Amino acid sequence: MSNLFTSSIGKKLIMSITGLFLVLFLLFHMCMNLVAIFSQEAYNMICAFLGANWYALAATVVLAAGAVIHIIYAFILTILNRRARGKQRYAVEATPKGVEWASQNMFVLGLIIVVGLVLHLWNFWYNMQFVELAYSHAEIEALGLEPTNGAALIAGLFSNPVYCIVYLVWLAALWFHLTHGFWSAFQTIGWDNQIWRPRVMCISNIVATIIFLGFAAVVVYFYAISLCPGGVCY
Amino acid sequence: MNLTLKIWRQKDAKAKGGFETYKVENISPDTSFLEMLDILNNNLIHEGKDPVVFDHDCREGICGMCSLHINGHAHGPDEDITTCQLHMRKFKDGDTITIEPWRSNAFPVIKDLAVDRGAFDKILQAGGFISINTGGVQDANAIPIPKKDADESMDAAACNGCGACVATCKNGSAMLFVAARVSSLAKLPQGRVEGARRAKSMVAKMDELGFGNCTNTGACEAECPKGISIAHIARLNREFLSAKLKD
Repeated sequence: MSNLFTSSIGKKLIMSITGLFLVLFLLFHMCMNLVAIFSQEAYNMICAFLGANWYALAATVVLAAGAVIHIIYAFILTILNRRARGKQRYAVEATPKGVEWASQNMFVLGLIIVVGLVLHLWNFWYNMQFVELAYSHAEIEALGLEPTNGAALIAGLFSNPVYCIVYLVWLAALWFHLTHGFWSAFQTIGWDNQIWRPRVMCISNIVATIIFLGFAAVVVYFYAISLCPGGVCY
Repeated sequence: MNLTLKIWRQKDAKAKGGFETYKVENISPDTSFLEMLDILNNNLIHEGKDPVVFDHDCREGICGMCSLHINGHAHGPDEDITTCQLHMRKFKDGDTITIEPWRSNAFPVIKDLAVDRGAFDKILQAGGFISINTGGVQDANAIPIPKKDADESMDAAACNGCGACVATCKNGSAMLFVAARVSSLAKLPQGRVEGARRAKSMVAKMDELGFGNCTNTGACEAECPKGISIAHIARLNREFLSAKLKD
C-alpha cells in the first residue's frame, strides 16, 4: 500500500470510494424522505430515531467525514489538474464528440451542490439534530422548537415556491454530477471494460434519475398540499 | 481554395508567443494539411521570413510525430486520423483555420507549433518494456493466446505516442497513453510477468513529470487518432491498485 494515496490513481480512488458512499447515503436519505409523502407520523418517528443519540451522531460524523474528504480531494485534484494543463490555454476549444457536459463541469456542479448543502443543513439539520445537541429539552420547549417534527419543517419550507425552485435547481445539479460521478467511480476502481462501460453508464443515469425524482417528489408533493390546506384546493 | 491561417508563433521555449495571420491561395482540396503548411513555408522563405516550425515524419499516420491543435481539435476536425492524414477537402474555401501547438505543462513549446514530448519517452523508460530477451518471432500458436486478449493487446499497441490525449484532456492527463502501453503488454504472456511493476513505475513517473489526474471525461478517446478506448484506463487502474494493495 506504500504511497498509494499520494499517487494520482490513489487520490482518484479516494474520490470514488467517498463518492459511492455518499450515493449510498443519498439513496437512504431519499427512502426516508419518501416516507413523509405516505405518512407524516411515520416520518416523524424516523426523525425521533435519528436525533441526538450516539448511533445517529456516530453515523453523522462518518457521513460528514465522507463528504469533507470528497470535497477536499476535489479541490486538491482540481488545483493539480489546472497546474498540469498549464497557463497557456487554447484560443479555440471544441468539445470532442461524445463527451458529456457534466463530465467536464464536475467541480462547478460540486460547488453548486455544496452551496445547496449548506442551505439544506441550515433549513433542516440545524433545526433538528443541532438544537437537540445544543439545548436542553426545557430550553427547546421554551424556544417553541419541535426537532422531531420533521414533517412540519418540510411542509413549512416547501410551501414557499422560491425554496421549491432553489431545491429543484440544487437537485438538477446533483443529477448532472451523479450521471458522470457514479460510473466514473467504477471506472477509477477498475471495474470497467468495453462491454460493461455502456451498461455502467446506463445504470449511472438510472441511479441519478431515481435519486432526483425521489427527492423532487417530496418537494413537489409538499408544495402541492400547501396549495390545498385541509384537502381543499383553491 | 483560398484560406486564412491563424498560426501560433513562438521564437523559443522562453519567448512569449502570439498568433500571426497568413493567407494561402490556390490550395487544392486534395492537398494534405501538412503539404498546405509546406506551401505556406515555401512562400514565407521566398519572402525572406522565418518558416513555421511543426513536427512531422512518416506522413502516413504511423509514427506519431505530427501534432497540431486545429480549430479546437487535436489532429483537426476529422476522426481517427493524424494531422498528416488530414486533407484540405475537410475545409471550405474562405475558411479561417486556427493552428496551435499542444498545450500542456508537461509538453513545453520548443518553437512555434513544435512541442517537447520527451516526457512520454521518460514514462516508457520507467517500465514500458519487457526486461528480458523474449527471443525471435514465435511460430504461430506456439504460445496459445486467446483471440480476445490478442485483439485487446493489438488495439492498445496501436498507440503511436503522439500526445493528442494529453493535448485534449482538460486536466493534461497522460492516462490514456500509459494505459495503452500497460494494457498492450499486460494482455500478452511475455508482458504479464512484469505487469505489476510496470504499472507502478510508469504511473509514478507520470505523476513525477506533472501530468494531471484523469477525470474520465472520455475526451482523449474521442480525439485519439488510433481510437484507443478508455477501457484500457480502467485496466491500468486495476493493475495499479491490485499491485499497490499487494505491496
